[in-house]
Amino acid sequence: MTLDSKIPPGPIDKKWEYAKAHYKLVNPANKRKYDVIVVGAGLAGAAAAASMAELGYNVHCFVYHDSPRRAHSIAAQGGINAAKNYQNDGDSIYRLFYDTVKGGDYRSRESNVYRLAELSVNIIDQAVAQGVPFAREYGGLLENRSFGGVQVSRTFYARGQTGQQLLLGAFQALERQIGLGRVKMYPRHEMLDVVLVDGQAKGIVTRNLVSGTITSYAADAVVLATGGYANVFYLSTNAKASNATAIWRAYRRGAYFANPCYTQIHPTCIPQSGDFQSKLTLMSESLRNDGRIWVPKVAGDARRPDQIPEAERDYYLERKYPSFGNLAPRDIASRGAKEVCDEGRGVGPGGRGVYLDFADAIKRLGRNVIEERYGNLFEMYADITAENPYEVPMRIYPAPHYTMGGLWVDYNLMSNIPGLYVGGEANFSDHGANRLGASALMQGLADGYFVLPVTIGDYLAGQLGKKVSADRPEFKQTQAEVEERIGKLVNAKGKRSVDSFHKALGNIMWERCGMARTAEGLKSAIADIRVLREQYWRDVRVLGTNEEPNQALEKAGRVADFFDLGELMCIDALQREESAGGHFRVEYQTAEGEAKRNDDDFLYVSAWQFKGDNAAPELHKEPLVYEEVKLATRSYK
Amino acid sequence: MDLTLQVWRQASRTADGKFVTYDAKGISPDASFLEMLDVVNEELTERGEQPIHFEHDCREGICGSCGMMINGVAHGPIGGTATCQLHMRHFKDGDNIRVEPWRARAFPIIKDLIVDRSPLDQIIQAGGYISVNTGSAIEANTLPIPKPVQEHAMDAAECIQCGACVAQCPNGAAQLFTSAKVSHLGLLPQGQPERYDRVIRMVEVMEEHFGSCTMYGECEAVCPKEISIDFIARMNRDYLAAKFKNRKEAGG
Ligand SMILES: Cc1cc2nc3c(=O)[nH]c(=O)nc-3n(C[C@H](O)[C@H](O)[C@H](O)COP(=O)(O)OP(=O)(O)OC[C@H]3O[C@@H](n4cnc5c(N)ncnc54)[C@H](O)[C@@H]3O)c2cc1C
Ligand code: FES
Repeated sequence: MTLDSKIPPGPIDKKWEYAKAHYKLVNPANKRKYDVIVVGAGLAGAAAAASMAELGYNVHCFVYHDSPRRAHSIAAQGGINAAKNYQNDGDSIYRLFYDTVKGGDYRSRESNVYRLAELSVNIIDQAVAQGVPFAREYGGLLENRSFGGVQVSRTFYARGQTGQQLLLGAFQALERQIGLGRVKMYPRHEMLDVVLVDGQAKGIVTRNLVSGTITSYAADAVVLATGGYANVFYLSTNAKASNATAIWRAYRRGAYFANPCYTQIHPTCIPQSGDFQSKLTLMSESLRNDGRIWVPKVAGDARRPDQIPEAERDYYLERKYPSFGNLAPRDIASRGAKEVCDEGRGVGPGGRGVYLDFADAIKRLGRNVIEERYGNLFEMYADITAENPYEVPMRIYPAPHYTMGGLWVDYNLMSNIPGLYVGGEANFSDHGANRLGASALMQGLADGYFVLPVTIGDYLAGQLGKKVSADRPEFKQTQAEVEERIGKLVNAKGKRSVDSFHKALGNIMWERCGMARTAEGLKSAIADIRVLREQYWRDVRVLGTNEEPNQALEKAGRVADFFDLGELMCIDALQREESAGGHFRVEYQTAEGEAKRNDDDFLYVSAWQFKGDNAAPELHKEPLVYEEVKLATRSYK
Repeated sequence: MDLTLQVWRQASRTADGKFVTYDAKGISPDASFLEMLDVVNEELTERGEQPIHFEHDCREGICGSCGMMINGVAHGPIGGTATCQLHMRHFKDGDNIRVEPWRARAFPIIKDLIVDRSPLDQIIQAGGYISVNTGSAIEANTLPIPKPVQEHAMDAAECIQCGACVAQCPNGAAQLFTSAKVSHLGLLPQGQPERYDRVIRMVEVMEEHFGSCTMYGECEAVCPKEISIDFIARMNRDYLAAKFKNRKEAGG
């Protein structure tokens, strides 16, 4: 099967207009005859579900949380980008588009990124109208700040809780539709499979997390907005329950998985402090606006930070990237930290940390200003570490944070399975090999508010009168397979907890498919994952039954999928014999240690097709064509 | 550090529950309260006992999933923190800690420390929004909002809907939660058109499920986001004004 990305014709700034003018439409009176399933109510899912209900579709929204407002999007801190150019600093839609393509190390699809930049301005309007209390200037107008990888101020924020406030905006729009009876909400329901009828997505199978009941639901189309998979590393900045099951089940049913190896390791997280550690806490990238990153110049310098004189400190990002300095993009900043720690210059317990120092900023701006900008982040840091960052520099270290890879989608956000749409972090669409800060919220909301509600009509228009019922054999068959799998986990009756397996997998992934990858390491990782997975199915211990709330069972199903996904990530990383963005192959670097792309051989999206449990997945390539942006070596120097 | 826990165990909504004593040994003072429970749960699993069920997700104090009564106090002894952000260094070696689910008429227990908080969503459904369909928004900067107004709205908007206010209230009232949303939206110019309708609809649903407020003020003391009880007074004023307006409009 060839991958048709369905990029509309015409100049880049007219493509979306052209597409909208040519989509088939569903007559307003007919919309209520369509049922759409939306799985997920993070920014992408809540925005899509609410907007589609406003249009008149019957929406059925499923989440494993007790309330849609708990989606992982709630935890986003720093901000959301938009090309409003309120600061008059030379920003434009084109510049946001360009920055995103360049930030992604020229591995994203131009047409999608341009549309994202165009829609960014509408998102801010929509959010403000909903009552999102973005930060403002004294004159009452909206304020902005800068994020990594760019030289303009285009990031909108609401204290350190931008994701929370944007999600509440979308959540409230969704709750309004629930109240009006246009969205039926299914909280505490986990989707465990997608059902295909004649090759089209026509429903899902879910487990009710309170009763354990397995049920099939039919619809005219299915939207997955189920978030990212950074928890494959066990320790990440993601919420504990974030997982890949929805997209992985879809992959097994034939949806292509694109660029699984593109993962983002975020440079500013609180370092791990012990074995008990259950997750890593992000310190927003916005801190790099005012904080300076440094380590001692010589290895093994054990002095307290305030005892190390200026001349004996290495502000390595400022030194290596004078024009972007501490605001270098994430992949570069993370690798920089790893490098200095590998040289023995890391600070804090275990030597896995670098300083993020606010002393200069406090001297220059006063403590009040710093408190106003970052107060809640400083408090969070103090809570966790019992150190006062106003007095001692913060210690930070990179941690898995975001996954650029995801299900392959065309320009309309439809996967290669007709009727199966994918939005938000769950798809692969806009960020190439590295995502710039404050761009995930933008993408989730662009997908949810403005793209999916429009593009889905193009498919639905052809589905009138083709409704299927959940009584069909395809549903019964899929449901039986789901039940069998749950049975296997409950009946393994092994000795080892799910978490202990997950930690072991995470360790393999972090060491060998993390910030630096080698062919040798990836091959051994694949072999080790296979051994561990085999043990898992034999020796995992899930106590209790399916017919009750059972958190170990929930985790067990998700971790089982992480094994398979982890393997595919390594396969993809092995195949990509170049370095690009977050994917750094040690064998492919410049003399200065920067990522070395190979545009001649790897200018494509890798899209993997599932071929069965004991068969190698098949690689399909979507060539990337750059018409607007000239391919160049990324430079932030 | 070593601790003794008494944890409420209840298999399902209808089952009887009871306190069970567990040892938590060798806990790092840097661990969070939930990480301490993770350690206990690994041991329970090893022993063949079902782990203690509790709700959690972000572990950063923002999703509002976590929440338990710790020695009778919602989210434990340190003010302004959710359970996931409470660190063991605030306890002493040898401490005895009692852990229970939220106790409130409106929040039936689902299992162990997990409760059903869905009535809070129903309050939002009744009117906790600004009615603006996607696509119909005006340009964002055409509506300047004074910084203090935006900051005040943000203070209210920070609520994480954890339900601690309800759990701590001797009446099981949800006034702090409801008033935070009423105020967030009612303070902003965008929220004015629906301001009075909104408060009536939200308060009515709130009263269906929750107890009434007699201004004990315990909600404010346990709120992990330190949301001010002043918002309750504000909601009450809006509610009275709304009732009065309705009467006038109906009469006129
Ligand atoms: C700590 C942190 C800070 C961040 N800060 C920023 C920032 O400042 N700016 C920025 O742009 N980005 C930020 N990001 C990234 C951004 O928050 C996420 O990429 C984005 O919110 C993802 O949104 P989503 O809608 O795709 O998915 P999510 O918000 O993850 O939502 C997933 C939804 O799917 C549901 N779900 C998943 N699987 C199933 C299933 N099988 N069955 C039923 N339901 C399911 C869940 O219940 C949930 O509702 C941050 C990320 C982290 C971790
Ligand atoms: S787990 Fe999210 S607030 Fe505690």
